[in-house]
Amino acid sequence: MEIFLQQIVNGLVVGSVYALVALGYTMVYGILGLINFAHGDLVMVGALTALQTMMFLMGVAPGMSPVAMLTLSLLVAIPVCMLLAFTMERLAYRPLRNAPRLAPLITAIGVSFLLQTLAMIVWGRNYHTFPQLISTTPVQPIEGVFITPIQITIIIVSALMMAGLILLVTKTKLGRAMRATAENHRVAALMGVDTNMIIALTFVIGAALAAVAGVMFASNYGIAHYGMGFMPGLKAFTAAVLGGIGNLGGAMLGGVVLGLVESFGAGYIEQATFGFLNSSYQDIFAFIILGLVLIFKPTGLLGERVSDRA
Amino acid sequence: MITLLEARNIGKRFGGLQALSEVSLTIRKGEVYGLIGPNGAGKTTFFNVLTGAYTPDGGEFVFNGAPLPSGKPHLVVTQGIARTFQNIRLFRELTALENVMAGHHIRTTAGVWGILTQNKHTVEEERLTTERAYELLKYVGIERFATATAKNLSYGDQRRLEIARALATEPQLLALDEPAAGMNATETGQLKHLIEQIRGDGITVLLIEHDVKLVMGLCDRVAVLDFGRKIAEDVPAEVQKNEAVIGAYLGGGHKHAH
Repeated sequence: MEIFLQQIVNGLVVGSVYALVALGYTMVYGILGLINFAHGDLVMVGALTALQTMMFLMGVAPGMSPVAMLTLSLLVAIPVCMLLAFTMERLAYRPLRNAPRLAPLITAIGVSFLLQTLAMIVWGRNYHTFPQLISTTPVQPIEGVFITPIQITIIIVSALMMAGLILLVTKTKLGRAMRATAENHRVAALMGVDTNMIIALTFVIGAALAAVAGVMFASNYGIAHYGMGFMPGLKAFTAAVLGGIGNLGGAMLGGVVLGLVESFGAGYIEQATFGFLNSSYQDIFAFIILGLVLIFKPTGLLGERVSDRA
Repeated sequence: MITLLEARNIGKRFGGLQALSEVSLTIRKGEVYGLIGPNGAGKTTFFNVLTGAYTPDGGEFVFNGAPLPSGKPHLVVTQGIARTFQNIRLFRELTALENVMAGHHIRTTAGVWGILTQNKHTVEEERLTTERAYELLKYVGIERFATATAKNLSYGDQRRLEIARALATEPQLLALDEPAAGMNATETGQLKHLIEQIRGDGITVLLIEHDVKLVMGLCDRVAVLDFGRKIAEDVPAEVQKNEAVIGAYLGGGHKHAH
């Protein structure tokens, strides 16, 4: 029983990070029909920018409280990622707005490589220790089930950001303009919506979520690296497809479900295969799910057909 | 009568097809102006050029005494010209109310910062937008479907919703592209009533329509296009007697071709 509950906790933590990143994929897909494969790398840029900021702050103000330091580094990482996403959209995707679908898709993969290579040049090829400013000493809310304060923070922050996003999209003029643009650029423009601005904003909001996800991801594992965005990016994409790409609620649901599946998979794979496979094979679950969803339910749990638009 | 819109020698060519040639017409403030003609006569092209979807090859539009920007749909809407589409183009996944609210977007000023901070101006503006959208739904008679998703409305109600959305942009000229297409006699009757009501509220209406009975019963003046040229412009009773018009509708109109 403890193991079961423990897997739920682990799954929720990882799942909320996937969900945050998946939202970025799904929003851009919803509005442009583009799968922005460079989105995962924003997670990495967010984490490494925050790391850089922390190093700087530790140098100039060693006595600063950990929470203030984490907040400040987020306040640097978020705008950096936003600016990067804005530039990405402006330079790489907007010129291809009316090109055949394959062109922006391949471009997105190119941008992903570009970001990773640039990060390698700036931050080097080594793994960096990421300061764990929020305690990683586990507490036991239930005997035998461990959760660390950073994990609790991850779950709460993700939930708040997702709630904020839902409010923005469903309750404000901006969200209405986003949904209108997603449905029909030309008619939305006819209503006076600046569709270029709305599209840029969609990228920028996704980037902010990715930056937060990156900092939390790195804080949880205590490590940061130029290639660290790739795998969570692919997993988040899987989560978006699982939930139904283009659908915000779907991305959140998909993220959490994927987190749980991975966590349970990793927890029980050794028993299930009689020791043939162990928990280091946990990545296979995400991709088995991706395959199964695409074959049997391409609309995902809540959304539209991928093959119609991708 | 004050002139609201003047089209001066509008021309538009698609490859080898001269869709519009030297079309000039004058729409007066407060009237319902009909634009009719056989299929392919250039009516919808005229709409598209007027509303900025296409740039004309020649000529210009003068609206309220000032030239209209060409090829810039949102600027044309800002100037006060709204349109509906022959094939309905609603935001299908938004509710009826949200569709109308989206139409009001162009008249609102709240920026990103105001929306994120939910300042007083934004909240008040959003409240007024909602209120106005409800009024417009009531005006076209579909307020009971305010929270329904647009795609679930009946065909006739979708047409009404599109008119409500166009009215939300606060136009002086409302351009309707075949609003009665696919409607039964009852619905057409209700539509006629709605258009009369719109005219009564001081909004000038430009109407493209195939339903000749509707046009003749509703319009103050009618222009007839055939092969991209204007062949008549007069009050309905005179247009009906015009020989060129009768010829065009009965298939003798080829003498106007080039």
